[in-house]
Amino acid sequence: MKKVYPFLFLALIYLILKALFLTNFLNPYLQQIILYIGIIIIWALGLNLIYGFSGQFSLGQAAFYGIGAYAGAILTKLFPNSIPIIPISLLTSVFISGLIALLIGIPVLRLRSDYLAIATLGFSIIAKVLFDNGDAFLTQLGGSRGMLGIPKYTNLEITYLFLISVIILMRNLVSSKYGRALLALKDDEITAGVMGINTFWYKTFAFALGSSFAGLAGWLYAHLYTFLHPANFEFLKSIDCLLIVILGGMGSITGTILAAIVWVLLIEGLRVLLPPDLVEWRFILYPLLLIVMMIRRPQGIMGKKR
Amino acid sequence: MSYLVQQLINGLQLGSVYALIALGYTMVYGIVRLINFAHGDIFMIGAYVGYFALTRYNIPFPLVFPLAMLVCAFLGITIEKLAYKPLRNAPRINLLITAMGVSLFLEYFTSLKFIFGPNFLAYPRPFSVVNISLGGAVINSVTILVFLIVFFLLLVLEIIVYRTKIGIAMRAVSYDKETSSLMGINVNNIISFTFGLGSALAAVGGILYGIAYPQIHPFMGIMPGLKAFVAAVLGGIGIIKGAVVGALIMGVLEVLTSAYISSTWRDAIAFSLLIIFLIFKPTGIFGKEETEKV
Repeated sequence: MKKVYPFLFLALIYLILKALFLTNFLNPYLQQIILYIGIIIIWALGLNLIYGFSGQFSLGQAAFYGIGAYAGAILTKLFPNSIPIIPISLLTSVFISGLIALLIGIPVLRLRSDYLAIATLGFSIIAKVLFDNGDAFLTQLGGSRGMLGIPKYTNLEITYLFLISVIILMRNLVSSKYGRALLALKDDEITAGVMGINTFWYKTFAFALGSSFAGLAGWLYAHLYTFLHPANFEFLKSIDCLLIVILGGMGSITGTILAAIVWVLLIEGLRVLLPPDLVEWRFILYPLLLIVMMIRRPQGIMGKKR
Repeated sequence: MSYLVQQLINGLQLGSVYALIALGYTMVYGIVRLINFAHGDIFMIGAYVGYFALTRYNIPFPLVFPLAMLVCAFLGITIEKLAYKPLRNAPRINLLITAMGVSLFLEYFTSLKFIFGPNFLAYPRPFSVVNISLGGAVINSVTILVFLIVFFLLLVLEIIVYRTKIGIAMRAVSYDKETSSLMGINVNNIISFTFGLGSALAAVGGILYGIAYPQIHPFMGIMPGLKAFVAAVLGGIGIIKGAVVGALIMGVLEVLTSAYISSTWRDAIAFSLLIIFLIFKPTGIFGKEETEKV
């Protein structure tokens, strides 16, 4: 009996959201924000797996978000009005970002913490240059002018389904053999290796899986806003993602979810609420928050709680 | 042929400016093992101090350099005391994240309207540009000024680091912090001095960059900062000579990419080089292998 309640709870949330959407109690802008929150949660959970659980500091999360977005969007744009392309493009987004993460990760994850940060940062900048010059390969990619005409496929059902799947996957992963190995890896890589954990394999696994979450989030983003621009995927966006993970607490799933909700509401809310001459000030708030968190409470708001 | 020589001169000019930034990165990394992301923004603030000194306060051109150096050195030391010092015993990644926070803060804070404003500003040229012909290529007075100032500062830095007492202390702290504090070196002062010195060099870099590529804005520090860091890694991080060589390579490579391939690809080339180096020779051109200790 006990196992039924979480499912009832999830179904209830879905029904409430669906009712709010159908009755137009929430206007289209707010509906978009709700879906965007779901996307950001998936995206940030990916980084939490890489950095929060496994301790591999990646600044490439925005690049993989972009890779997923562009890979999925180009397929649905080239084959409009075809239903099978939806799952195909979605799988492509997830696999391409995971595969590229694997290819990048195998050489790069051998590096120590801050060198890894720099290597993934370099990768992000290279990816941005590729997005900017995408139209040199395929005009439909739009290049630096942005990519238009992506069909709108992201809806409440798809977003909610994938959000729940990712959360359950993360939760089960953490309490499995893999999760234990990742936690050991984060605490002390050398000791973990001595205890017989294949540290390199686990690091690569976490990096590829976390990046494919970013790819999934990218697909959802592309088909929610139907417009992509390279500036949305530059490395500064990786710092936004990092801020969410740090605010929520390293390795805390509930923390990441809460922090993602707060972060989106804060950004969008302050944009609406602040008077025009103070709107610029909100960009000062985030870095200050990052600095203060690092000095005062590096374990995040939720701390060790999962 | 003369086109190539011309591009090499341009590349060395850009590389010299990168060298001034890369030196700060490499010295700070050598001493506190921190990639000081905010360093590129100190470079930007140096450029702005020079701008306001020249346009608004009409300060004579030679005095602009020491002024910007002082302002930036003070800023660098303050940032270290406020943001980095509390984290000296924290994991290195926390320090790195803080540095990114400081960097973003400086960028967004200075782009507020009452500070520097978000717009591009045209940098003044305090002297008229004279072209000197060298066979087919042309070298102008800005380039000569950049070369002279950078060469002079490298000489001064060389003397400070290798010929003075504080330089010996800097090298000792970068070699072993605990032992040097047991030897009576005030580690905190040395760290502050290093931040100040690096920031002062970045300030000069900012002014020279403004004069050579006459446009500045609050986010101008990101790319030169990152490329200077790449240069420091290329030469072997923590090694002063390496930073200069790495920066010159980066400058020449960037200009040649723009000239012969396309300027839209130059960032990709620069950072591919970084990744290749990190994979095959993370210690850089002049670095020694170092095994990780438990």
